[in-house]
Formats: sequence, C-alpha cells, structure tokens
Amino acid sequence: MTEQEAVIREPRFTIAKRTSIVWWKAWLIRLCAIVLALICSGVVSYLITRDNPLSIYAVMLDGAFGTKRRIWGLMQNLAMLLCVSIAVTPAFKMRFWNIGAEGQVLVGGLASAACMILFGETLPNAVLLLVMFITSIAAGAVWAVIPAVFRARWRTNETLFTLMMNYIAIQLVAFFVYKWSVPKGSGQVGVINRASRAGWLPAIGNNDYLLNILIVFLVTAIMYVYLRYSKHGFEISVVGESENTARYIGIPVQKVILRTMLISGAISGLAGLLLVAGTDHTISRDTAAGRGFTAIMVSWLAKFDPVFMILTSFLIVFLEKGATEISTAFALNESFSDIITGIIIFFIIGCEFFIQYTVKFKKKEAE
Amino acid sequence: MREEVQREVPAIRLEGITKRFGNVTANDHVSLHVDHGQILSILGENGSGKTTLMNMISGIYFPDEGQIFVDGREVVIRSPKDAFRYKIGMIHQHFKLVDVFSAAENIILGLEEKGKYNIKQYTQRIRELCEQYGFDLDPSRKVYEMSVSEKQTVEIIKALYRGADILILDEPTAVLTPQETEKLFDILRRMRDDGKAIIIITHKLHEVLSLSDRVSVLCKGKYAGTVNTGETNEAELTEMMVGKKVSLNIERSKVKDSKPRLMVTGLSCCDPEGTKILKDITFTANSGEILGIAGIAGSGQRELLEAIAGLQEVEGEITYIQPKTGEKENLRGKTPLQIRDLGVRLSFVPEDRLGMGMVGNMDLVDNVMLRSYSKGKSAFLDRSDSRELTDKLIRELEIVTPSVATPVRRLSGGNVQKVLVGREIAAAPTVLMAAYPVRGLDINASFTIYRLLNQQKENGTAVIFVGEDLDVLLALSDRIMVISSGRISGIVDARSASKEEIGLLMTRNVKEKEEGGEEQ
Repeated sequence: MTEQEAVIREPRFTIAKRTSIVWWKAWLIRLCAIVLALICSGVVSYLITRDNPLSIYAVMLDGAFGTKRRIWGLMQNLAMLLCVSIAVTPAFKMRFWNIGAEGQVLVGGLASAACMILFGETLPNAVLLLVMFITSIAAGAVWAVIPAVFRARWRTNETLFTLMMNYIAIQLVAFFVYKWSVPKGSGQVGVINRASRAGWLPAIGNNDYLLNILIVFLVTAIMYVYLRYSKHGFEISVVGESENTARYIGIPVQKVILRTMLISGAISGLAGLLLVAGTDHTISRDTAAGRGFTAIMVSWLAKFDPVFMILTSFLIVFLEKGATEISTAFALNESFSDIITGIIIFFIIGCEFFIQYTVKFKKKEAE
Repeated sequence: MREEVQREVPAIRLEGITKRFGNVTANDHVSLHVDHGQILSILGENGSGKTTLMNMISGIYFPDEGQIFVDGREVVIRSPKDAFRYKIGMIHQHFKLVDVFSAAENIILGLEEKGKYNIKQYTQRIRELCEQYGFDLDPSRKVYEMSVSEKQTVEIIKALYRGADILILDEPTAVLTPQETEKLFDILRRMRDDGKAIIIITHKLHEVLSLSDRVSVLCKGKYAGTVNTGETNEAELTEMMVGKKVSLNIERSKVKDSKPRLMVTGLSCCDPEGTKILKDITFTANSGEILGIAGIAGSGQRELLEAIAGLQEVEGEITYIQPKTGEKENLRGKTPLQIRDLGVRLSFVPEDRLGMGMVGNMDLVDNVMLRSYSKGKSAFLDRSDSRELTDKLIRELEIVTPSVATPVRRLSGGNVQKVLVGREIAAAPTVLMAAYPVRGLDINASFTIYRLLNQQKENGTAVIFVGEDLDVLLALSDRIMVISSGRISGIVDARSASKEEIGLLMTRNVKEKEEGGEEQ
C-alpha cells in the first residue's frame, strides 16, 4: 500500500540542477532564447502596430547601425555602460551588493565638472585634465569606500547603504547644478567651457568619442587580467565564494573588502569623468542615466567575465537604441521600446534557468 | 472505553523502516513502538540514524521501506501537515520560529482556523495550555527577546496547540542548562501522565535513565534493541550503543622520538551568545604521535581546532615548540597569517570541507593553490606549481575527477576530502589537525586517509585527529582525549582502552557540570 502511495507522490516532472553542460549546448539554448524573444516581440509588435514584424526588426537594426553617426553613438554608449559594468564587477564577484554605482559615477562626474568650472580658466589644459582624473577617481572611490568601511567594521547592510549613497549623490549634484546654473536659476549647467574647451577630453582625429572608447577598452583588459591572474583577483573570488574559507586560509577579509570597493568606486568615478569631460560636457542629475543599475544586469549576465561583458553591454545598448527607433518610426511612445526590451531581456535571463537546470519528465511507469 | 483502546494499542509503531541516501543506509529495518502515557528514549551515537528516523515520522522524509502505524492503523505520512493530522508533533533541534513575531503569533502561524483572526482568543488558549502543563511563557513576548529554553517552550506549545498526542523531541537538552533540563523533564512527565506518547532523542545516558520508561537503541543505523529503563544500567546501554568491537586492519606504528610540539593550557572560549563552549582545556600534542579526540558531536571539538588554527577568540595559552630550535611561540590571539609568518607549519583539515577548507565553485588547481597562492613577491598568480601538485595528488591518491579544471563541488565526498587532505599534507606540516576526516567516505577512501595520517605521524608530525567512530579512534590513535561538554573528561592510552571506557567518558562529564551548576 505504501508503495502505491509512493508512486502517486512522484511528481510528473522533476527539476534537477545540472552538474555540467557542454559549451555548445549552453550557446544553443541562448540562441533559442533569442529566436523565441524575437518571435514573441514580433507578435506583440504586430498586434499593436499591424506592421510586418520583419520591417520592425529592420527599423531596429537601422536605429542602431543606420548611419555612421549612429554606429559611433552606439559604440560610445556601449563603452559607457561597459565601463560602469566593469566597475561593479569586482564588488559583485566578492558578493558585495554594490548598487551604488549610480552615485559613484555621479560624484565622479561632479568632481570633473567642478574642476572644469573652477580651474577651467586658470590651469593649463594638460594639468587640468590630470587634476580632473585624480579628483574624479578619488571621489568615486571615497563614495564606495564609505559603505565598505561600515560593512567591514560593523557588518552593516551594504545594499541599503550604497543605495542611500546614491540619493546623497543625486542631491549633491542637484545642489551644484543649481549653484552653477547658466543662466542663474535655469536649473541647467549648460555646456561647460564651450568656447575654450578646457577640460574636454581631446578628440582623436575627427572623432570625439574614440578616446573614451579606448580608455574603456584598456580598463576592460586590465580588469580581465586583474580578476583572472592576480593574487588580488584570487582573493576577491575566495572572499566572494566563502568568507569562512578566506578566514581559514588567512586572507584578511576586511582589507580585501575595502580594497575591492576602492577599485570599484575608482572605476565608477572614471566613468563619471568620461561622461562629463568626454561626452556631455555638462552635468545634471541624469548624467549617469541609470547605468549604475543596468550595469549590474550586464555584469551578472556576463557572469562577471569582463570580456563577455562587451557582448552583454552591446546587447543592452543595441536593444535600447533599436527600440527607441521603433518607437519613433512607428509613432509609438517610449513605453513600447521598453516592452520590446523587456521581452528580449526576459528571454535571455530566463534561458539561464535551462542552462543551470534540466527538466526531466517522468515516465508513467516509474521503476 | 477510549482509555482501554489507548492502553492496548501503541500510539505509534514502526515496522521495518528503512531509509537510504545514495549507497548509505541511514536506517536499516528499524522497528519500535511507544504507548500512550509513556516516554521512549532513542539512544545512539552521532550518525546512528536517530534524527533520520524521527524525520520520517514527522513527514520530512519518506521511508524507502516499512510501515508506520498510528493507534493501530497504518498511515502514510508524506508531509509535516500529514503528521499533524495524525497528531504527531516534532520539536526540532534547530528551532523553526520567526524571530520578529511574538510567541502567540508563532504558535498559530500556518494554522488554518475558521473565523476571524482573534489573537486574544488564541492567547487565552495558549495560557490554558501553559497552566495545564506548567510552562512559564508570556505569549506576547517576541521570539528574538527569548532565551533558548523559552524558544523551545514555544516550539513545544506549538505542537500541543495543534493537538499533538505524540511528541518527538530531537535532542532537547543539548541547548539547556541543567536547571532548565530538570524543568523540561518535569513538564514531559506531566504530559506523559496526561496520556501523551513522547519520544526523546538523546545521547546522554543519565537523562535516559532518569526520564524515560523504555529505551530503544540504534547503532550505525540498525536497531539494537529496546530495554525497560528500570532493568538496565549505563554500562549495558553503552555497550548497546557502541556495538561490539570491530577490528579494523589499520596499521599502527610505534611512537618514536616523541617530543612535545603543541601545548594547550587552560583554554576556554564562548560562542557568540556567550555560552561557554570550551572550559579549561589542557593537553599536549607530541610529535610523531596521533592524538585522537573523541566526544559527542558539538562538545567543543570544532572550537578547539579552530582556536589552535587562529580562528577563534579564546582565553588560555596555546604554545608551539619549534622542532629544530626548541623555541616556544605563543599562538593565542594570532591570525592564521601571523601563525604562518612565525614559521609554524600548521595544517588543518576542517569539518566543513567545502564551506571552510575549500571553495566548491573553484577548480582543483585553484583549491590546491589556496594554501600557497600568496607565496612570492609577484602581484600575479603562479598556477604552475599548483597544477603540478594537483596532478601529483590525483596520481598518488587516486582522485577521480574529469579534469583538474573541474569545480570541486562536483567531485564525490571522498575525492573532495582527498584533495583537501592532500593539499594540507603537501605543506609538510609539523602539526596536522583533522576534524572528522572520514565522515561520509567509503571504506577505500577512508583507508587512504588513515594511511596519510599514519605517514604524517611517521614523519614526525604531531597529528590531532577528531573522530566519531570509536573503532577507528582506537585503532588509529596513540592516545585518545575525550571531550564532554567542553571539558576534558579523560586522556587514555588507545592501545589499552576499551570502547565502553571511552563511551562512558564521553557522557561522564555532564554530571560534574550539573554539580558545578548547583554549587554556584
């Protein structure tokens, strides 16, 4: 009797964690996810717009790669998102939930803007740029180290702490934007040093963004090596995987947390500089544009691999650009592009489940 | 008439219950029964399958074979909810309470009673239960404000509130002071007199003798028999519990050229809640000798090893004697890094292999590198030595792995342990500590580990081996130190000591503690 009951309680299917998966199978699953995502968003688009889904995708591609300008814009956006993603990666690899990259980028940008405004007319450009680099990186680092100190010493919750630091940064920027606004009271700083271009990152050849892109590429390469081949990187992995093991083999856990957040914040600060001095030449509360949060997704999707992150940040930026183009081309509002982006990201993240787990269907006759 | 039925038919009866986990049989055809108005103790060493058995009654596991009868009717218990329906309530060793809720809220949590949520009415009923059995509890107090014994009270009332007639308590006294234990026993006796069937899991012999009516003994997953408490004594129970002596073919070389290597004096330490875990531990570990440490799980073995390894804050002294110069180094209050910088080659195989000794998600090479990664001035890692060492370990210890790049969590327990022990030994230690190094390992892997420990001994290492299987401890060690409730209850010569002697020492000190408690 018990045996019969035992059979009844066998579920129809079971979900089991995979012990391993061949690389091509994982990629096949990802490819399927993208195809499914395209079909699904095609159906949704068709239902709303009654247009041929293929033409919608064509518009999307056009939005991202249509003109040389668009391609550069895409590359620039990719570089910025990638830079912030690289910044959050060491922290997340250490399982330190740093959701304060937004704030760290902002204070970095604020430091750059301050230097441009205060010293734009007094310092030679090369010196000014050097000062900007130092202050932005320092500002971002300080912003990240404060929650790290509290976490390391008193075990405060870093998620809430870094989140709150974002709000402080936003308010700080709002204050200075008001103070520096041109004309007074307009609430906008406007383009800083428009005429003198003091503190602007120089263009390489004809291209304003190339230097940004090269810097981010360099940072990415360094981070890859740092995480993979340096002793520090090894310590970050151990602390992240198991603090107990770290203590057991004598890794100074507190020191590693502080050091890693310092690096994380410094790169965020650098991203702030690239945004203010290399892209916008102004500062506002929206300078970071949510990249501090998007970066978390980019970093996780790439499983903290900086090289893979180039791909994931490309995907996100491409989706954003393409979806925005769809909205304009078909005279839909922004929400439509969010829907499309949402569908595609849902499938891409969702497919990770099938990479991690297998679903086995039980045959009727068990045993 | 109901009375009569209750007297005739056991409240709960197990018939041939078997449970396997992989190829380990946790319970092998266990049969036992409890009547209403009776307290049954289940006695057994660590890992003898007591908790597994109780988990099957309370619906957490499902037995592979066998039957369960409640009041004479065969039942199928698939979930804790089913267990409640048959009026079975289990009080787990680790409490399952919501800290920020009050006692009353915790007690009614998950009950699907009809009508409005009326906390006053519930509180009233809880008060009545408290009065009936003599509990001392304020239903409106929050759980996080409570002491361990109060939390346990909440768990018991939770079971009673759900109408439990059969109560199972998993090592309820492990967390209690002697006074609290007495109080709990009074309550349990009152519940027994009220007609409840009570099963209590324990390995403290004197508790068994003072509380229960009958004792069922499990030994390595097998049912060793049931005796009436009135007709037995500690010696008989110990013999049933530890089983007949099994002779293991572990070679034991003579101790040669043995010198004091590590001296521990007056060591005490507290857990984060402030309860003393180790009390005044004093011993010496000698080179070229295996010092076995026996004791019931959680008697302070882990804390002792961690204290020596520099992972616990302690009082007392830990002195290391340099093998060549004879210089003395104080290790207390030093971090693992500082200990290593002193030139002390201390290796430690912790109990929690993947949670402490290694990193499950890292591959073999990186795990082997954990001990040596920081060597050298370069900022970058040098994996080549570790790769060589890993290959060597795989060859010599016959580690089965798809490749050196496989995350260790995918290896079987025995192979994980071989990597860990291999790494620790590769550091050429002068002191080697191993906590439960063969737990969960099959016989071949176990013997590999014994061989490695013996090799270290012959090389002149001071080996400290914390074990649970007394046969192994007796066959492998040179001396055995027995810990009971954080105190040393005896150090015996492993060549002449008997299993029973150690079994008694493992439970002995508890009494002394009680006396100490009364004196204060």
